[in-house]
Amino acid sequence: MSEAAAPESVTMMDAPIRLTYSYTPGVAQSEFLRALTERRILGQRCSTCEQVYVPPRGMCARDGIALEGTFELPDTGVVSGFCIVNIPFAGQAVECPYVSASITFDGADIPIFHLVQEIDPAAVHVGMRVQAVWSEEPQPSMQTIRYFRPLEAADA
Amino acid sequence: MREVAVVSFAQSPTTVEDARSEVEILQPVLHQAVERSGIAREQIGFTVSGSCDYLAGQPFAFVMGLEAVGAWPPIRESHVEMDGAWALYEAWARLQHGDIDAALVYAFGKSSTGDLPKVMTLQLDPYYLAPLWPDAISVAALQARALLDAGAHTERDMAEVAARSRRDAASNPNAQVSGDTSADALLQEPYVSTPLRAHDCPSAGDGSAAVVLAAGALAREVAERPVWIRGIDHRIEPHALGARDLTTSASTRIAAAAAGASSDKIDLAELYAPFSHQELILRDALGLNGQTAINPSGGALTANPMMVAGLIRIGEAASRIARGEADRGLAHATSGPCLQQNLVCVLEGE
Amino acid sequence: MPSSGAAPGDVLTAEHVLEYTYTRSVGPVIGRFFTGLREQRIEGIRARDGRVICPPTEYDPATGEQLDDWVPVADAGEITSWTWVAEPRPEHPLAEPFAWALIRLDGSDTAMLHAVGARAPDAVRTGARVRARWRAERRGHITDIECFEVVE
Repeated sequence: MSEAAAPESVTMMDAPIRLTYSYTPGVAQSEFLRALTERRILGQRCSTCEQVYVPPRGMCARDGIALEGTFELPDTGVVSGFCIVNIPFAGQAVECPYVSASITFDGADIPIFHLVQEIDPAAVHVGMRVQAVWSEEPQPSMQTIRYFRPLEAADA
Repeated sequence: MREVAVVSFAQSPTTVEDARSEVEILQPVLHQAVERSGIAREQIGFTVSGSCDYLAGQPFAFVMGLEAVGAWPPIRESHVEMDGAWALYEAWARLQHGDIDAALVYAFGKSSTGDLPKVMTLQLDPYYLAPLWPDAISVAALQARALLDAGAHTERDMAEVAARSRRDAASNPNAQVSGDTSADALLQEPYVSTPLRAHDCPSAGDGSAAVVLAAGALAREVAERPVWIRGIDHRIEPHALGARDLTTSASTRIAAAAAGASSDKIDLAELYAPFSHQELILRDALGLNGQTAINPSGGALTANPMMVAGLIRIGEAASRIARGEADRGLAHATSGPCLQQNLVCVLEGE
Repeated sequence: MPSSGAAPGDVLTAEHVLEYTYTRSVGPVIGRFFTGLREQRIEGIRARDGRVICPPTEYDPATGEQLDDWVPVADAGEITSWTWVAEPRPEHPLAEPFAWALIRLDGSDTAMLHAVGARAPDAVRTGARVRARWRAERRGHITDIECFEVVE
């Protein structure tokens, strides 16, 4: 080692962490995910407040009671909120600009989050009607809906 | 201090839960605890939970628990990334303010979805220890070796704790492990991390529990026999394992003294000792002689849902007192490696 | 991957990996200790009650005051507790069976937790003397000590 400059003091430490889990979605959400493989949307109604949850959660978050039974909803709905993502970020799956939206299925009371495509982002608006575009080989996954595209029918 | 009592307790059987989510496990337990309390949900002025996001492997995982609570209209709510016993401590402290009379405490966790001994490594010093990845079993084994070296306890003493716990758990429908066995039989088993054998260690299980606390007049109104919290205290020791005396539990001793544990008889003690040698250390620290029934539930060696087992100790002790099987007892909870942090709760029936 | 076409009643599972690539700042006390390790030097810090703490803490464990009285500590010492790991986990420091140990290095009053490489559990005992096996390439990290070895 040269006697010119002493090595710098240690100021940082790498501390990588990696943990692996086996995740289960639970009974209610598993039923929803399985229905997706059949291109079906399932919802669940609360017996007290009558709210319809999509996906079903097995309980009503408002009343704190267990819910049973599901029913099928159409794969159409309404954009209840959205944002246009313009800034690229690490791990981004879709090219910018793209529309991330909350979409309430017809008959549901809470929205899901998904993409809206086949439309100029500037034309997306709250209240516009959309329909799910399904993948060719459905899996028990939200990605089995590839995105939502605009419906010609009148806005909600 | 304002009088606060445990007025109800509910728990789920500790199992390896394949199908249900944490919230699906928790909801019926919350429902039972509130129903059994005789207190309407709207009367509960404060709700607090204990859980650990690392069990689910998701940041803010604890928030999902609120789905089971029914938090509408909006509620006063809190959370600790700790065993539910500390959530109960917060609820007890909150009730001291005097503006509300009832609190709901709950805890939940699925340990089986991850590698629990590895997950627990993350509670260790991030600079000196965690990068070596000593797992929770190995770390506990270091304490067991130190205890044996100190000379007052033996491997047979540890096996007796495990055997007694398994036999007592046979009458506990919520226990994960139970059986009619003996220290002799258990001592034949191989070591997993010397000097610990499998039965000296807890199983990884999933579960939830809930307690309703009520103050003064409300407790007397709703409960046939309110179980009063006569004292509650918790203390913590230094983080560095090598700087502590692992063979004694000063924090347990101090917490028990501050809570007034030995001011009167102790009929039963539910001690959170997930490793058999830790029960020996805790009994020494609490000065428990043969007069006290230790872990009639079977204790954490027979059911150890992480983040829940400490709250269960309080619930199990309180339930026995409420049923008239005992008058006064203590419940203990622990957190951190090798009994680093300890809580003692003194309970007495009306 | 999610299991596709699962029959009703089958439990859906998916592998979930939680990964953090943290780089932590170590501060002046841990930093000085790690700098020493890079140079095969070990230091402890003296607490208010005179005890030498190694690895060093920034603050006195009893009084909470800031500490800065550094003391050289040997890279050899005595095992104060240990456990034999017959089946090492993938993340453990050694791939073959080894012992975890609490080691009180000469000059320190507290023990350090590290691995002890040994051929069999009967080679390890409380009171055994051990010496650090230093890694050839060091970077200022607790693993600059590859493990300890029992010396006769």
